[in-house]
Amino acid sequence: MIQVISILLENKTGALLRVTGLLSARGYNIDSLTVARTLDPGLSRMTIGVDVEPHLRRQVIKQMNKLVNVLQATDLSDGPAVTREMVLLRVRAAMESRTAILKEAEIFQARVVDSSLEGFAIEATGDAEKMDEFIDVMRSYGEIEVTRSGVVAVSLEAKKLRLSPPIPTGAEAKSKSSNGVLNA
Amino acid sequence: MSNLMSGAKILLECLAREGVDLMFGYPGGVTLPFYDSLYDHEIKHILVRHEENACFAAEGYSRATGKVGVCCATSGPGATNLVTGLVDAMMDSIPIVAITGQVTSKLIGSDAFQEADTFGITRSCTKHNYLVKNIQELPGIIHEAFYIASTGRPGPVLVDIPKDVFQAQGHYKPVDSIHLPGYKLVTEGHSGQIRRAAQMIWEAKRPYVYAGGGIVASGSHAELAELVEMIDAPAVCTLMGLGSLSSSHPNFVSMPGMHGSYAANMGMSGADLLIALGVRFDDRVTGRLAAFAPHAKVIHVDVDPAEVGKNRNPDLPIVGDLSKVMPKLNKAVAELKPTMGEQNAASRKAWWAQIREWQAENPLTPQFSTEEIKPQHLMAEIDRLSGGEAIVTSDVGQHQMWAAQFIRFHHPRLWINSGGLGAMGFGLPAAIGAQFARPDKLVFAIAGDGGFQMSIPELATIASHQLPIKIIIMNNGYLGMVRQWQELFYNNRLSSVTLDCFPEAETLAKAYGFKGRTIERPSQLTAALEEAVREPGPYLLNVRVSPTDNVYPMVPAGGAINEMVLGAPQPVAVPGR
Repeated sequence: MIQVISILLENKTGALLRVTGLLSARGYNIDSLTVARTLDPGLSRMTIGVDVEPHLRRQVIKQMNKLVNVLQATDLSDGPAVTREMVLLRVRAAMESRTAILKEAEIFQARVVDSSLEGFAIEATGDAEKMDEFIDVMRSYGEIEVTRSGVVAVSLEAKKLRLSPPIPTGAEAKSKSSNGVLNA
Repeated sequence: MSNLMSGAKILLECLAREGVDLMFGYPGGVTLPFYDSLYDHEIKHILVRHEENACFAAEGYSRATGKVGVCCATSGPGATNLVTGLVDAMMDSIPIVAITGQVTSKLIGSDAFQEADTFGITRSCTKHNYLVKNIQELPGIIHEAFYIASTGRPGPVLVDIPKDVFQAQGHYKPVDSIHLPGYKLVTEGHSGQIRRAAQMIWEAKRPYVYAGGGIVASGSHAELAELVEMIDAPAVCTLMGLGSLSSSHPNFVSMPGMHGSYAANMGMSGADLLIALGVRFDDRVTGRLAAFAPHAKVIHVDVDPAEVGKNRNPDLPIVGDLSKVMPKLNKAVAELKPTMGEQNAASRKAWWAQIREWQAENPLTPQFSTEEIKPQHLMAEIDRLSGGEAIVTSDVGQHQMWAAQFIRFHHPRLWINSGGLGAMGFGLPAAIGAQFARPDKLVFAIAGDGGFQMSIPELATIASHQLPIKIIIMNNGYLGMVRQWQELFYNNRLSSVTLDCFPEAETLAKAYGFKGRTIERPSQLTAALEEAVREPGPYLLNVRVSPTDNVYPMVPAGGAINEMVLGAPQPVAVPGR
């Protein structure tokens, strides 16, 4: 099963690479990945779908939380969460099936975003399984071309965000970090 | 304004503010502005002969003191040469700040001369890394680097600085605070968990203390001794933890693991409680994980939450800095002693008797011969001269294991070796760092004839600073540990492990201007080592040892740790209790 991880991270050069590198270093294949800035432009929200063995999931979350640029990594696979994916699909349709396609689109609450003599471009959102179904149905009408956004998710539980406070530098900091230092 | 300074000067200013007085490095094209500023700065720079050794030396300095080690390399090849050292520091949790030069900002990405994607290359081998984009962010980044390197679970941090940032002029104002909102440290340890741990410790009939590098890193050795004495439990120290409990402490059993002692491994297998302090249940300690300490509940204390439950699920996890947790744990244990201290006295007495029996059954005994110098004999002699007080560095392999088995360490930060990464060529440059850090200390750099040939260039560094390091080569003419495995597991087909050419030691040392000697008879050993120690300067002692000795006990890869090969190549299976 795919593990869905939601990550709040600093919008800094290389931050994305740190997260994905952590997964690739362990040989995990990323199924989907979305990332965009949040209300705070200094932060990004990333949703990753990744194939991780169930007993290693907690370890992956712990490793992600260790990354300096990651403010919070949460496993959304278990807790209450809503996941959605968007599909943009072009279907080439013969004249006689056009009405049927529109009806199907309606069932999936999809929107037609372009219509031409060749067929339609349709936008649909839903959870990943529903989008799989939608794609299967559309395929039955003719040749299709599909772009999927990857999963975005939101947890339905408010998780407290614990951030570290600013740290003084210089002499004060040194006396704090002198554990285990000989000859200090 | 008077505080208009170059980036290079600002960097030095920040390093000085972090208490850096010594760094190891190698200059190059893009670090020219930095080295120009360093020319008349009070920070001392040690010119090594290869960048990898700059990082190893910085590690030696750090491992000997606990301070952050600093190394510096130029862009491209300089930076890529640091990589092995960075991974080594990462694996053994050693605080290092590495400064690398980068090509001028506008050339980045153009395949410029000596350009390499240092930021990308070192991402996975550092705790964190930075590419400095402008002079304004330089001071903050330097202080962040030191903070990240030295706090929590220590590790290496690399700062890549383009040449134009070194050259740019900026108004320098000391940074008074840094902000790392995502850098979460859990230090205190959960007080309820600590109380429960104390209870479990007294409830145990066969408690066993398993102490590692975390005790050394946190400076909790005194608290470790206090705990061990209070509960009178047998204790083992891992390869990274040797010296955290004195090797001469009556409760110290020895090192556990692949080449640990029989008693240490049998103890692990027989214990009903493991008190795991600053360890990571490394595969070289646990052997086959499923068969490791099968009867034991586990209390695991570590500062890194990701280590707790990574390999072995603890019955009682405590995430926290040992320097904070140990005093609280000791207090809680002491409070329960009057009520619980005697409840398992009889079982604990029997447990000690069992440990002593195992120790007597198969002790770690050095072998001696009148014909040839046994490697164990060499280590035992070094041990005698050290008396548990000298700094001993090593590479990886047979000599490392024999040194760990037979040399005592009465204090932490004396035993300096490449533990997790197992890097050949580590010991000699690490000894340079350690000797600079502790000029008062006798430093032995023990290497095999393989690893030594990886670090020969640093003989020049040792000579030019007249560092009185005693370089002891355990020369068996083989890449011994690989040969041992080929012998035991690959039908003795010795493939590319014979080191049939080795430089004549006396001549080699003489070429660098110090003394050296080769010995091969057991009768020469004591006098030769004593002569090396007496020599006020460096000394290279090449000891030809018996070529085919193997390190025992040995737990074959994938084996359970109570199934040790004790000497002869037939496995001795001993059922766990």
